[in-house]
Amino acid sequence: MSNRKPETGGFFQRDWTWQPPAFTPAYKTSILRSPKKALMSLNNGPSEITGPVFGHSEIGELDNDLLLNFSSNGELPVGERIIVHGRVLDERGRPVPGALLEFWQANAGGRYRHKKESYIAPLDPNFGGCGRTITDENGAYSFRTVKPGPYPWPNGVNDWRPAHIHFSVFGHGFAQRLITQMYFEGDPLIWKCPIVQAIPDEDAVRQLVAPLDMANTIPMDSIAYKFDIVLRGRRSTLFENRLEGN
Amino acid sequence: MTQPLNYLKESPSQTAGPYVHIGLTPNFTEITGVYAEDLGIRMVNDQTEGDRITVRGRVFDGMGAPVKDALVEIWQADAKGLFNSPSETRGQADPNFTGWGRCPTHMETGEFVFETVKPGALPFNDGRMMAPYISFWVVARGINIGLNTRMYFSDETDANAADPVLTRIEHQDRVPTLIGKRDGNTVTFDIHLQGDSETVFFDL
Repeated sequence: MSNRKPETGGFFQRDWTWQPPAFTPAYKTSILRSPKKALMSLNNGPSEITGPVFGHSEIGELDNDLLLNFSSNGELPVGERIIVHGRVLDERGRPVPGALLEFWQANAGGRYRHKKESYIAPLDPNFGGCGRTITDENGAYSFRTVKPGPYPWPNGVNDWRPAHIHFSVFGHGFAQRLITQMYFEGDPLIWKCPIVQAIPDEDAVRQLVAPLDMANTIPMDSIAYKFDIVLRGRRSTLFENRLEGN
Repeated sequence: MTQPLNYLKESPSQTAGPYVHIGLTPNFTEITGVYAEDLGIRMVNDQTEGDRITVRGRVFDGMGAPVKDALVEIWQADAKGLFNSPSETRGQADPNFTGWGRCPTHMETGEFVFETVKPGALPFNDGRMMAPYISFWVVARGINIGLNTRMYFSDETDANAADPVLTRIEHQDRVPTLIGKRDGNTVTFDIHLQGDSETVFFDL
């Protein structure tokens, strides 16, 4: 990885006008699962500026290949073959190397492999729907999968989630911990979804929509989408212990 | 006009949803053969130093019902108060302790369980010592952005009374929501998302 010293500054304050608030009643489950009292602000200390680190040794060879990591007898899952790739950056635009990304999704028909899921679209015997990878020294990552289908959910009487892939991200400090969802360029369901609309700012929503990336599409093989993820930036403790700052 | 600041914006959070287990604890939801074991289920080994404890509890919604599809992660110092992280500047943490654990709440009982050690005390930014605590991060269907809280220990009455974070809480009758109840080697810590006994959550 990098030979830069690990950074130990506190993180930039979270922008709560950009992040979704806890209480977003159009997303009905949030009504009883949102704190009603104010969050207590706390400057970052040792438990926030540090975080767990994961090594490549913990990652299996097929962990970032959802086309193969659940397939059996050499059979492939059904669906649109895609590559998802991008970089993990912080708010200063610096790459975040060594970040663990975990992702999960439904199959091409919108069916999740989960015992609590009962949608009539069938499971795909060759698709599990989970994957993970660690960013390289430039903060870059990639994985192969099938494009997930939209699926209905019991919120409104006719609510459908847009096609999406869930992402879980570890940066370098526990205060950077983030779970989000990636959407696909051009999906008309994005702007109708109460979970998407929990995000108050349209520009913030656009930050979760991955563009089609023909430059990284493999001809006659797989379509590519590019999805960059931004984690909280880190104060360089300018003037606190060194003048050069960021 | 001024120059633009040109900082990027943090990616917006979205709920982990009801099927968070597929990605973060696939073996728990019977997606086997992809990962040998789920990440974060093992914090200690035979050589880990310190006082072994079991931390257990449940997450409750605003009606007092247990949340049976939450995922809880904890991050804590080792028995000497050091974190197993490259950003730890105060010394070398116990190599036999990860400091990080992950547990989904049980699909019927709603309970989470961590086998860990009691963390040592560590300093606040101003140098005063904080009482021992474990950082918690909770995600679930219906939670749009992960909730941060802390568990302190009921057997640390004096340290808790002097803790720079606990003493700063404006409504002191909310402090007990952050205290795990220790009985033998088991510490019970229930998290209330909403309501009269709402847990104190932090903006870190």
